[in-house]
Amino acid sequence: MRVLSLAGRRLAASLPTLFLILVGVFLLLQFAPGDTVDAMMAQMGGGDAATARELRQFYGLDLSVPVQLGNYLWRLVRLDLGFSSIYGKPVATVIAERLPATILLMTASLSFAFFAGLVLGVIAARGVNKWPDTIISTLGLVFYATPSFWFGLMAIVVFSIYLQWLPAGGLEDITRIQSGIWRTLDIARHLVLPTLTLGLIFLAIYLRIMRASMLEVLNLDFVRTARAKGLDETRVIVRHVLRNALLPMVTLIGLQAGTMLGGSVVVESVFSLPGLGRLAYESVIQRDLNTLLGIVFVSALLVIVVNFAVDLVYARLDPRIGTGD
Amino acid sequence: MTDHRLELKRRTLLMTTAAMAASVMFPERVFAQAAPRKGGVFSVHYGAEQRQLNPSLQASTGVYIIGGKIQEPLVDLDAKGDPVGVLAERWEATPDGKTITFHLRRNVNWHDGKPFTSADVQFTAMAMWKKILNYGSTLQLFLTAVDTPDAHTAIFRYERPMPLGLLLRALPDLGYISPKHLYETGDIRQNPVNLAPIGTGPFKFVQYERGQHVIADRNPNYWRADAPYLDRIVWRVITDRSAAAAQLEAGQLHYSPFSGITLSDIARLAKDPRFVVSTKGNEGNARTNTLEFNFRRKELSDIRVRRAIAHAINVPFFIDNFLGTFAKLGTGPVPSVSTDFYPADNGPQYPYDKAKAARLLDEAGYKAGAGGTRFSVRLLPAPWGEDISLWSTFVQQALGEVGIRVEVVRNDGAGFLKQVYADHAFDLATGWHQYRNDPAVSTTVWYRSGQPVGAPWTNQWGWTDPEMDRIIDDAATEIDPAKRKALYAQFQQRANSELPIWTPIEQIFVTTISAKARNHSNTPRWGSSSWHDLWLAE
Repeated sequence: MRVLSLAGRRLAASLPTLFLILVGVFLLLQFAPGDTVDAMMAQMGGGDAATARELRQFYGLDLSVPVQLGNYLWRLVRLDLGFSSIYGKPVATVIAERLPATILLMTASLSFAFFAGLVLGVIAARGVNKWPDTIISTLGLVFYATPSFWFGLMAIVVFSIYLQWLPAGGLEDITRIQSGIWRTLDIARHLVLPTLTLGLIFLAIYLRIMRASMLEVLNLDFVRTARAKGLDETRVIVRHVLRNALLPMVTLIGLQAGTMLGGSVVVESVFSLPGLGRLAYESVIQRDLNTLLGIVFVSALLVIVVNFAVDLVYARLDPRIGTGD
Repeated sequence: MTDHRLELKRRTLLMTTAAMAASVMFPERVFAQAAPRKGGVFSVHYGAEQRQLNPSLQASTGVYIIGGKIQEPLVDLDAKGDPVGVLAERWEATPDGKTITFHLRRNVNWHDGKPFTSADVQFTAMAMWKKILNYGSTLQLFLTAVDTPDAHTAIFRYERPMPLGLLLRALPDLGYISPKHLYETGDIRQNPVNLAPIGTGPFKFVQYERGQHVIADRNPNYWRADAPYLDRIVWRVITDRSAAAAQLEAGQLHYSPFSGITLSDIARLAKDPRFVVSTKGNEGNARTNTLEFNFRRKELSDIRVRRAIAHAINVPFFIDNFLGTFAKLGTGPVPSVSTDFYPADNGPQYPYDKAKAARLLDEAGYKAGAGGTRFSVRLLPAPWGEDISLWSTFVQQALGEVGIRVEVVRNDGAGFLKQVYADHAFDLATGWHQYRNDPAVSTTVWYRSGQPVGAPWTNQWGWTDPEMDRIIDDAATEIDPAKRKALYAQFQQRANSELPIWTPIEQIFVTTISAKARNHSNTPRWGSSSWHDLWLAE
């Protein structure tokens, strides 16, 4: 019950933010020259003025900006995300089709970054200023400094073109019909390179944070006490140090869920994945306001959900942090 | 002027020699007709998704590349570029040019099993081509009715004479037929069939996963015996050009049409024996790079300034260093591949001559002021391709050298069209003009005055010329082919002497295709055609 009430309060608190974001995006896109009918004409390679007028009427673009915004918000209140002019389907359907790829990619990258960062951070902290630390820290710096699109393209050149180990793009092999476990494995194979590409920057951050917080906790009194009690080193690290050092790591997950959605635009383009990031980019280019606002709405919900989960994990890790009264 | 012609000849000669050399080095590519193999999945690069896939509603290569395999036009072009019947077997026109009769192919069925009849032609022409199809509504403006005396005859009746040659050259692109029984009720634009097309073509639509792929399978009941050879075509949605090149190399793609990958990747893959890279099969998709002048700017409405700008830019240098062998000097709005209309005399040309440019600008009264600047202009490049972007930077630097300061203002597609064609907020604009086999289809509207504001790719330059309007109107209804050709020669000459738009570069789209593909690029609009004879070697 406490969890539910917390969730409810969290959601209520984020509603004004959500409202401001939606209005902001709506107004920002009004500043871009051209509307969805112009984009449509560009795609068609020409058309006459009468058709354009008719289409503007059809999409409600002949109305004034406040009226359009009002209509949109009123629809949103009734949980109707509207109709996508690029896809000719309800926005909710379009987003539902794209969401799985993005969630798959985000989950895979976050877990990869989190766990690899954790392990590398611990190794680096244990051998601080010795050769493992130097190698890991340097690698981290390189990963952090490499732009992800460049890393993605290089990974394709090495692993797909030269070695021919992994596919260069797409979510699955559509030239063969597969099902069950084989399809899952095929999708996993297709996700390896995108996951690495999106995850490496985050991995670098996690490993730095993990290393620093391990070093900090290692110097605290209770660790000295634990060692003095004669506990073996593995037990000290796992039970006492790691658990406490994990707190800043978990905080980061919440912060980075949003960043990752942004980063996925590039990765989804390079690996031709059908995700939300590319859909967002496409809807800006096509001036498809409904779809864009829908994506903003869903992404905001996603970030809220992730942060809520992070709060719950907090309470598990450190009983002193309550879920509130 | 003369050295331009020489340049052209030298290029043609070089390209011919290269083609001959290729045929000696790779004989299997040229004489590949041996024994077609059935089966195989052909993967195609699909660069930009469309809002719908029915080519009777939208004339664009993005739609033809998928819809053109599923639906069929009345007429297509053969290897020589001559009209050849597809859903129409033969046709004839009355001497006054107002009645054109199409005799339709018998025993053709839609993919859902219903028979194809003249009622489908009538419905498509009146409800789609005339009302919705871009360029179709202009082409069929004077179409009053389509009579159907029997199920296999469609008689087109026109209020004004319709040149048969024009109609036949336009129909490969603007003559796709849709099934009446699926469209006659409801809003045509919102019909779900638009995204799951039903046609009479060699491939049947299977699935469209947005953002991922479109799939079509062999039509076992296709009317051409033995065709098609492929089991399946898969169009993979890949928006990133470098990613597409990588997938070609990794073997995930067989074909990237219409210059879909970057110029540097094209140059690289051209050396790779696993691919065939050429302009062949795209002759019907010729385009020119343009420089459009806004006549509302006092300076640009002066013909001496427009000519000076053309003289100030070293086009051969740009082509050699940036575009490579796939482009050549442009000679006017009607490109040299248009054998039916390309005139013997193109009118004045503007070879690179900086001193002459400076002299013309001085004459026009725009002397260099402080810092050598004469005046400043805003140049809006269209975002359709790398070449346009490079060209706009080149123009900026070249004009800077003669004292015209250029500010390049970049926009995305919607922004570009709005600013140029609706707001007229440009001084210079640059983009592509795509030529569609006959100047009357989409070329002359760039020059005809009186176009409604906001209609993209029409004369929005503020240029009016009664003489040009007369030539355009006469040619559009002239039914004698020789006289039409002569009128379009006048059109070309006048376009080049008045220079409302300068067409400095002529290009043909580049195809990058796997060397395993056979029977490809064998018609002038092959990327858009039906691929009924395409097959994949082992």
